[in-house]
Amino acid sequence: MKPAPFALAQPDDLAGVLAALARHGEAARVLAGGQSLVPLMNLRLVRPAMLVSINRCAELAFTERRGDRLVLGALVRQAEAETHPLVRAHCPLLAAALPWLGPQATRNRGTLCGSLAHADPLAELPAVALALEADMLLASQAGERRLPASEFFQDALTTVLRPGEMVRAVAFQAQAGDERSAFLEIGNREHGFAVAGVAVRWRLEAERCAFARIAMLGAGPVACRVPAAEAAIVGRPLDAGAIAEVVEAARAAVAPPTDVHADADYRRHALGVLLARALRQGDGQWASGSR
Amino acid sequence: MGERIEVTLTVNQRKRRAQVEPRLLLVDYLRHELGLKGTHVGCEQGACGACTVLLDGRTARSCLHFVAALDGAQIRTVEDVAPSPELLHPIQQAFHRQHALQCGYCTPGFVMTTLELLAGNPDPSQTAIRRALTNNLCRCTGYANIVKAVTAAGKALREGSQA
Repeated sequence: MKPAPFALAQPDDLAGVLAALARHGEAARVLAGGQSLVPLMNLRLVRPAMLVSINRCAELAFTERRGDRLVLGALVRQAEAETHPLVRAHCPLLAAALPWLGPQATRNRGTLCGSLAHADPLAELPAVALALEADMLLASQAGERRLPASEFFQDALTTVLRPGEMVRAVAFQAQAGDERSAFLEIGNREHGFAVAGVAVRWRLEAERCAFARIAMLGAGPVACRVPAAEAAIVGRPLDAGAIAEVVEAARAAVAPPTDVHADADYRRHALGVLLARALRQGDGQWASGSR
Repeated sequence: MGERIEVTLTVNQRKRRAQVEPRLLLVDYLRHELGLKGTHVGCEQGACGACTVLLDGRTARSCLHFVAALDGAQIRTVEDVAPSPELLHPIQQAFHRQHALQCGYCTPGFVMTTLELLAGNPDPSQTAIRRALTNNLCRCTGYANIVKAVTAAGKALREGSQA
């Protein structure tokens, strides 16, 4: 199908974008790469009366290290971030997850902030944002607010974004040099929609896990952290016994959805398998090293 | 209908000016307004890859882009791949020789995807080839011959010979 008619604004700067969003309120949607939005428009599942393109706002295409954060602007494309030296150096977990987002053709155009704002229940980036304790930088004509990713995602396709507001940037926590991390998922096709996935990072001190962040997709209506699993691993050596217990804790804590691709029990099982693999695979693979 | 937006873009090395409705998809512009029917419409939701073109040198799904937002862009379609009307590009030659197409509906998308793959990685492994092609759907061939064709095309391009 073809999209329903709409009007298009293409401001040259962020101020112009925010003004257009303020003027059109709920009728407007932001157009970045369009790789999540346009399929829905073609299917007429959404019919915005107004699209406000940010593609002419060069000021939104930045990737910068700021203190302990790696900040990526709303116009950074997924394929660009994947090979960016700062992403590889400071957020290897993000670099590992990005190739899973979709085929090269959609990653060439799709943006990180767009995928986060879309909040698909089986998207990779919300899980990565939770594991990397990202802050979402939201902008509107009224000003800017900064929210942790854990408060940003509300439900499937639902975030705290208000009419007139957009994700201006995402600020991921930079990973420490001695951190380990892994991103793994399963799906029907390698770059297609995921069925389940895990984003995990941890640090060992004297052979024991001193710190762990475990986030999952396909574990609930939207990506989530799994604090029960994190608590089960911290303070312990990462041996087979501990991994079995953390898997047990994770499976008990999640409430995966059932859909046409997989039922809840399958997902619960798969999430445990992926988590165990991630902890084993990341073991010995230093965060600052190669993928 | 609403307003029309004026855009200038380069399609297959030719400058084009157009007045378009905001909702006009790139694939429909190429096919209906420029008559470039080599780019095919499949799923219209970015899943099948039949409409893949090069947009500013990188693959893009032409069903997921509004022409009105592409002012200044460079587009390359399958019509611009062969060096002349009589000759095939080594990738096309390889698809022909390896029987990598039957009905041919998906082929332009595979050719454009292969162009990008081999430009970035002239000697891809079988895994890399399969990975790059994962989201181009073919309902005829079973993919084995397509993978062979991409392998042969890579070899031909590296050696500067015919596939």
